[in-house]
Amino acid sequence: MKVKYFLTFTVVVAASCLLVALFTSPAHSRAASVAASGSITGKITYTGTPPKAKPIDMAKEPSCAKQHATPVTTEEVATGPDNTLEYVVVYISSGDQAPSAPTEGARYDQKGCQYVPHVLAFQVNQDLQIYNDDQTSHNIHPLAKANQEWNKSQPPGTPPIDAKYAKPEFIPVKCNIHPWMHGYFAVLGTSHFAISDKDGIYKIAGVPAGTYKVTAWQEKSSPVTQDVTVAGGETKADFSFKVTPY
Amino acid sequence: MSGKVFAVVLILVVLTSTFFFAAHTWWLPVDISTHGPALDKQFNETLIGTGIGFLVSQFALAFFVWKYSGPRTGQKLKTLPGGAKGLVIFAIALVGVEIIMLESVGQKVWADLYFKPADPNSLVIQVQAEQFAFYFRYPGPDGKFGAMHPDKIDEGSQNYFGLDPANDVAARDDIVAASMYIPVNRPIELLMHAKDLNHSFYVRELRIQQDFVAGLDEQIHFTATQTGKFEIVCTQLCGLGHYNMKAYLNVVTQDEFDQWLKSQSQ
Repeated sequence: MKVKYFLTFTVVVAASCLLVALFTSPAHSRAASVAASGSITGKITYTGTPPKAKPIDMAKEPSCAKQHATPVTTEEVATGPDNTLEYVVVYISSGDQAPSAPTEGARYDQKGCQYVPHVLAFQVNQDLQIYNDDQTSHNIHPLAKANQEWNKSQPPGTPPIDAKYAKPEFIPVKCNIHPWMHGYFAVLGTSHFAISDKDGIYKIAGVPAGTYKVTAWQEKSSPVTQDVTVAGGETKADFSFKVTPY
Repeated sequence: MSGKVFAVVLILVVLTSTFFFAAHTWWLPVDISTHGPALDKQFNETLIGTGIGFLVSQFALAFFVWKYSGPRTGQKLKTLPGGAKGLVIFAIALVGVEIIMLESVGQKVWADLYFKPADPNSLVIQVQAEQFAFYFRYPGPDGKFGAMHPDKIDEGSQNYFGLDPANDVAARDDIVAASMYIPVNRPIELLMHAKDLNHSFYVRELRIQQDFVAGLDEQIHFTATQTGKFEIVCTQLCGLGHYNMKAYLNVVTQDEFDQWLKSQSQ
């Protein structure tokens, strides 16, 4: 008798757990939306003359200088083959449907006295971890305006800094110790974003069918926005920026 | 007895410490500047003068401690007539005379550095000190520095001086570097300014140590007489990264300098 009750109880509990899991798991909802969605992809190019990438002299920080076989250059306007642009953030700026919550943290590295990646895109309230991989102290200083501004010192070998931003904002990042270090945080209110690679290509995956405003942001240029309709499959959207040498 | 031991120990300490100075155990680094020999000469003369004063006073101290430290019975303690006032006045006057002598001897070295204008054929270089680095600017082929606009300062594009090459033609060929290159045996005029707060420009081998004072435009001049790589360090505590605020001075031949300038302007 006792065994029978126990078995029934176990089955009921297990079935309830399964049901709850089915309806609440983010994996479930994601799988459903991906099935009925497409992607936005394209190429970022420029017209005009870009500024020259200038070499960065790190002689005063030998532990960093020796990490770079070839001289490091400025990355504000990073160009690729065929007039393409790297480090351009492309994201759904309006009409976004059900942005999913981030499942893992974002990681930013201070490596060889540079910020890696140069531009890091992540979502509002997403956990951000900042690592110092160098043999020297850094003092990261994101120049936030909409969010709280702070700067934190990080000697070599110390644990990563945990941070989080509550409002969408493009935040220039500098190091209070090494003046040449420069990067950007792109804090976005959407889970649908991508950054162009060294060939200027970006791809935003898992976009539900619909019409959106998609914006491309480049740190030295005005953002460019266009309407994009996703019907499923791959939707092409190229962006072009006008750049000047100075 | 203890007084005699003290006198012996004192003499030993005095002789040991004097030995290290006389033997130049820890001595000045090599001098690579034209004004350095005069400065070093004065340093030496001052050290010899104060060294002799030091030895005489310590030996006198040891002598008196040795002679008068034992117990004395039946002798009245003697004091200076009229108290110590006269002695104190004499000591103050003596120190005053010493300082005035030092200054009158040293004023020529000082004036050559600070009151004499730079050689008109000097190579003019601008140095900007900021937390926590030095940046150097060369005027480029046109010989003119572009104007500085603090609002245009943009570290991300290496525009540390706030130049405006889009609108200012003189700024277009300016060369900005994080290391200082100078040709040997050529007079250098260094225009100094600080971006944020007080720093210092110190090159031991050049015998130059000059503070940057925020808000002041300063000028110093010197000529390097030896090629080599030397350290430029900040010697005014300027914050978190002060310990790490340095740059390198590369003294090279005129040919090497021309090549370097060319490589920087590309």
